[in-house]
Amino acid sequence: MNYHQASYDEPLLFEIGSSDDDFDVSLLRDIPKQIRREALPLPDIPEREVFKHFVRLSQMNFSVDSGFYPLGSCTMKYNPKLAEQVARYSKVTDLHPEQDPSTVQGALQIMNELEGYLAEIGGVDAVTLQPAAGAQGEFTGLQIVRAYHSDRGGDRNEVIVPDTAHGTNPASAAMAGYDLIEIPSKSGHVDCDALEAIVGNDTAALMLTNPNTLGIFERDVIGIADIVHRAGALLYYDGANLNAIMGRSTPGSMNFDIVHFNLHKTFATPHGGGGPGAGPVGVKQFLEPYLPVPRIVRKGDRFDLDYERPKSIGTVRAYVGNFAVLVRAYCYIRMMGAEGLRDASLHAVANANYLRAKLEKLFELPFGGRRMHEFVLSGRSLKERGLRTFDFAKRLLDHGFHSPTVYFPHIVDEAMMIEPTETESSDTLDRFVAAFEAILHEDPEIVQTAPHNTSVGRVDEVKAARNLIFNFGSLKALEK
Amino acid sequence: MIDPEILKALGISSPEELFEDIPAEARISSLKLPEPMDERDFIRHFKKIVSKNITVSETPSFLGGGVYRHYIPAAVREILARSEFYTSYTPYQPEASQGMLQAMFEYQSYMSILTGMDIVNSSMYDWSTALGEAALMCHRIRRGSRFLIARSTSPVRKRVLEMYLRGIDASVEEIPFDPETSRLSVDSLEDKLKGEVFGFYLENPNLFGVMDENVFEVSDLLGEVPLVIGADPLSLAIMKPPSEYGADIVIGEGHHLGTDPNFGGPLLGIFGCRKEHLRKMPGRIIGATTDATGKRAFCMTLQTREQHIRRDKATSNICTNESLMALAACAYLAALGGTGFRGVALENLEKAKDLSGRISEIDGFRSPRFDAPHFNEFAVGCDIPVDRLRKRLLEGGIQIGPSLSKDFPEVGEAVVIAVSELHTEDELNKLISSLEGTA
Repeated sequence: MNYHQASYDEPLLFEIGSSDDDFDVSLLRDIPKQIRREALPLPDIPEREVFKHFVRLSQMNFSVDSGFYPLGSCTMKYNPKLAEQVARYSKVTDLHPEQDPSTVQGALQIMNELEGYLAEIGGVDAVTLQPAAGAQGEFTGLQIVRAYHSDRGGDRNEVIVPDTAHGTNPASAAMAGYDLIEIPSKSGHVDCDALEAIVGNDTAALMLTNPNTLGIFERDVIGIADIVHRAGALLYYDGANLNAIMGRSTPGSMNFDIVHFNLHKTFATPHGGGGPGAGPVGVKQFLEPYLPVPRIVRKGDRFDLDYERPKSIGTVRAYVGNFAVLVRAYCYIRMMGAEGLRDASLHAVANANYLRAKLEKLFELPFGGRRMHEFVLSGRSLKERGLRTFDFAKRLLDHGFHSPTVYFPHIVDEAMMIEPTETESSDTLDRFVAAFEAILHEDPEIVQTAPHNTSVGRVDEVKAARNLIFNFGSLKALEK
Repeated sequence: MIDPEILKALGISSPEELFEDIPAEARISSLKLPEPMDERDFIRHFKKIVSKNITVSETPSFLGGGVYRHYIPAAVREILARSEFYTSYTPYQPEASQGMLQAMFEYQSYMSILTGMDIVNSSMYDWSTALGEAALMCHRIRRGSRFLIARSTSPVRKRVLEMYLRGIDASVEEIPFDPETSRLSVDSLEDKLKGEVFGFYLENPNLFGVMDENVFEVSDLLGEVPLVIGADPLSLAIMKPPSEYGADIVIGEGHHLGTDPNFGGPLLGIFGCRKEHLRKMPGRIIGATTDATGKRAFCMTLQTREQHIRRDKATSNICTNESLMALAACAYLAALGGTGFRGVALENLEKAKDLSGRISEIDGFRSPRFDAPHFNEFAVGCDIPVDRLRKRLLEGGIQIGPSLSKDFPEVGEAVVIAVSELHTEDELNKLISSLEGTA
């Protein structure tokens, strides 16, 4: 182990510069006096100091480009640099969303083609690129569910999710005004009997991800779809785990009706420190009339924006979508092609199983067996040494690896959810396994107080929640 | 090809065995996608397509409405290009993510000063969804069935608001504006306040760029009803923070602090509130704390409001947000400094005022359409239909916004003109002479 993250006592910007208090207020004469701001305490900082500040911050930030980031369910694959480069062309960046469509034909063509590629990969008939993120895709999908049922004269008020679902599924259902029904899983799968018992005339939709959050493919997915459809409900696909199946199956061929795609996961657009992403939504033909407006339409070799769609749910965010993200995904798909995407999924699954096979010798793998693109270990054996998954995750940072997703899904005690993705070499995976082995032999005291090699030591999150310091002003007051 | 070492380790002879759980009915034989391209071919292909775009930097554009083009210092672009930032994710492991966390804390600090709010989260998708979330938050603060908004709100945002309120079965009602000035009609607000009102939303400057000083009367009228203010953060360099006129929640669009228009996405939704409403707030919040040795450190906090902990009881479903855009805004404000930022705001205001004055001298146009001071954009009344004007200007390579008459019949034929420090004298002259040609 020879990992050491940069560590600076980097001051806040507000401590580097100082604000100019001698402002000539008469310059504000054109602003109505009552509403004129007279003090603006933002610091003035020389550019050289600003740049140094942000470079130092960047060096105190773990990233895919600097190391292995096996965060389960987040698909932290390498982001191709060509996509970054072309997204910075002024022909991409300098477009205003309210331009006349005749002046943005290239942008509309890219989006129209991307819709087609995603429809093919998702096995659906039509796609909207509008939603800003996966969770917004879910919200959009559920509005489509509502519009569909209300069109058929039967309002339904329940959405079902398995207990392994991503938190966004229940949250989106609640936000769209649905009551949530959670069904327990059985041996890591959807319990079809329980599902059968629960679905009925109140069921609007079942939200599912396949492979599920344990990384297990729901073999009975066609049967599940039958149960849902027989009840008159719709089946929604959470695309977070699409990276496992490209080119071998599609949500459409599994009989899902609605699917969202996470372009920042499956299609290699960078995660941006938390965002932006993009969450396009695809549907089967019978739901196409409900998609958000504007729709991108092709008339001969011209493209246009169509707002006149009487059955459309409306608009989920301003304008057509996170265009700069869409451009990156377009680039990725065009460079990969059909074989490339199929190969990506193959390597993602092979890498996950390679790690799974090695790590299940060290930790319990609940619901054993083969996995798809990710797997969930239980860290409960650590308790024998007075440790928790939390400690182990922190110690992995010292070994130069980002931690897996921890404590999710909730049905696994002390969960560690690991998704290596296809872009990591077997050498990296071996070193990750070696780190696991090494930590298990380390002094528990070192693990319990980890991390030691990161820019700061273990962070006191309880104190953050108690002190409630959210900006420099309050911090200065507290530290005085 | 799979590394044979991997196949050996898995004890399988064919990689296809990895997929045997997928039932035959759910399988596909192949994807039908265009042939893959290498970098050189892709660049050629891509350039050919995007060359069909006519950008707002190539030709004069006066489009605004929440998406603006401002000068981005080179240093800001270079900071954003650092892949240590853009290839990281949500800072779930604070010890390894102090860089992004500190930057988000700094962003929150900047926005707190600009908005006057005690707490600003580390981003929403855009202004329109921030409005939707603000209305839902008002509903958590104060139950009710009616959400009031100023009629001078952007129609783009109204549509998204309506979508977000569908889940709680609430109605949106508009408060008219004064026909002369477009300022809020405070008397109409008073009339509408009876009944189950759970919030009121006003944009200042409003859709027509007008700075509304009547806002001081609003908060007294509202009493316990939460007040949401929407504002362009650039305007807040020279206008009072909305906290000073009683805002409970402040939202806005911040993409133009450090990033390009990008055809409308990604954007940056600003969202702040007073501390008494903190636990009802959506989105990710970064807090200051210390590490085990007492050294200053930052982490995500109050996560029990969020979907990954609270699931269907969360304050929002938001997970992926627009952190990188918040980083851009932070770097932009740092690079300009308070003095530079105020300078840009003033320059925009003065430029808009001058341009409006010049247009007012042309026959067939009334500028500004509303008799009140405006910030960086202003409405122009036109004798001829805006659709025709728009088309004619476009032939000369000039882009203006759509007609206001569709959404605001009472305003008649009018269009909002936005200017910024990037407009050259030549571009402004070109607009003037083109307008003279159409009169």
